[in-house]
Amino acid sequence: MGEMEQMKKEAEALKTQIEAARKAVHDTDMASAAAGVAPAPQVQLKTRKTLKGHLAKIYAMHWSTDNRLMVSASQDGKLLIWDSHSGNKVNAVPLKSSWVMTCAYAPSGNLVASGGLDNMCTVYNLKTPVIKTVKELDAHTGYLSCARFLSDTEILTSSGDTTCALWDLETGKQKTVFLNHVGDCMCLSLSPDMNSFVSGACDSLAKLWDVRDGQCKQTFQGHTSDINAISFIPSGNAIITGSDDCTCKMYDIRADQEVICYQDAALNSGVTSLALSTSGRLIFAGYDDFNCNIWDSLKGEKVGVLSGHDNRVSCTGVPEDGMCVCTGSWDSFLKIWN
Amino acid sequence: MSGSSNIVAMKKIVQQLRFEANINRVKVSQAAAELQQFCIQNALQDPLLTGVSSSTNPFRTQKVCSFL
Repeated sequence: MGEMEQMKKEAEALKTQIEAARKAVHDTDMASAAAGVAPAPQVQLKTRKTLKGHLAKIYAMHWSTDNRLMVSASQDGKLLIWDSHSGNKVNAVPLKSSWVMTCAYAPSGNLVASGGLDNMCTVYNLKTPVIKTVKELDAHTGYLSCARFLSDTEILTSSGDTTCALWDLETGKQKTVFLNHVGDCMCLSLSPDMNSFVSGACDSLAKLWDVRDGQCKQTFQGHTSDINAISFIPSGNAIITGSDDCTCKMYDIRADQEVICYQDAALNSGVTSLALSTSGRLIFAGYDDFNCNIWDSLKGEKVGVLSGHDNRVSCTGVPEDGMCVCTGSWDSFLKIWN
Repeated sequence: MSGSSNIVAMKKIVQQLRFEANINRVKVSQAAAELQQFCIQNALQDPLLTGVSSSTNPFRTQKVCSFL
C-alpha cells in the first residue's frame, strides 16, 4: 500500500476512534441534565441608550474593562470611543482603511486596535495627547476578522487567510502562528485564564488552541456553515458558537463535544455575534433578521428578544461587570440594554 | 512535486488527529452538573438575570429632584 493510502486509512481510523470516545462519555445532554434547574426568568430588557454618531454600518464593538468606555468600528472609516453612561463620544480615530471588520480595547484601557480588508491590525495609543498609531501588524495574507489584546504587549488576531496569530507589540512581529483551519477564520475568544483561545471558521469548525505553543488541542464539529461568533463561558469549561446555519451551539471542552443546540424552526437567519451574561446563564445572540435573541444556556430555550434595530445586528458585547448588553447594527446605531 | 507536498499535508493531518484522539474526556453528565453549579452560584451576582434597579442603573439618565 502506498504511503498516502496508509495515512488516509490511519486518518479514517483515528476519526472513528474520536467519535467512539465522544459517544462513550455522552451519557446525557445539557438540556436533559438541566431538567431539574429552575427556568431562567423571561428577560425583558429596555433600551437605555441609543448611541448615534456613525455614518455607516457598524461592524464591531468591544467594551473597556472599566465597564464604562467602549470602542465601535464602522465602515464610515472611524473608530469611536464612547462613554456609555453619558452617551457622549470621547474620541474619534480616523482609519487609513475604511473597510474595518473588527476592533478591540486593551485591558489596560491604553490601546485600541482595528483591522479589516487591509489585512492589517493597527494599534493606537489613546493616552498620548493626540491619538497615535503605535503599530501596524502586517503579515496576514487575508482580511482581519477579529483581534483581542492579551496585554499592552501582546495581541491575538484571526484572519481570512485561515490562520490566527499571536503578535509581539514591541517588535510588531508574529510570535506564534496557529495553523489548522481550512477556511477563513472569523472569530476568536480568549479563555478566562488566558492560556488558551478558541477560533471559529468558515470550515464550520471551532478549534481550541494553546496560546503559548501554538498547538491545536481540540476540534469541535457540528455546525453546517460558517461560524461567525464564538465565546468562552465565564467558567472556562465550555464555549458557545454562532453560525450562518442559524443555530448557536454549546461545546463542552472537557467532554470534547456539542452538548446543546440553540435553534428554533422560526429562526432562519444567520447568527452574526454573541455575548454572555456574567453567570453564563444568558446568551445574547445577534442575527441577520435585525434581532438579538436571548437564550437560556442550560435549557436551550429562548427567553427574550431585543428588537429595535432597523438592520442586521452585527455585534454584541457585555461588559465585565455584566450591567448591560450592547448591540451594534448595520443601521449605524449602538444600543445599550438592561 | 505536488505529490510530496500532499504527503506532508497528510502527515500533519494524521499527527493532529493522533493528538486529538489521545485527550481524556469527561462524562457529559459531570460536565453539565459543574456548569449548572457555576451558573446557579453566580446567578445572584448577574445583573442581567436579577435586573438592575433604577436607582443603581448607570445607564439611566438620572433626574434630579429638589425640594423648593
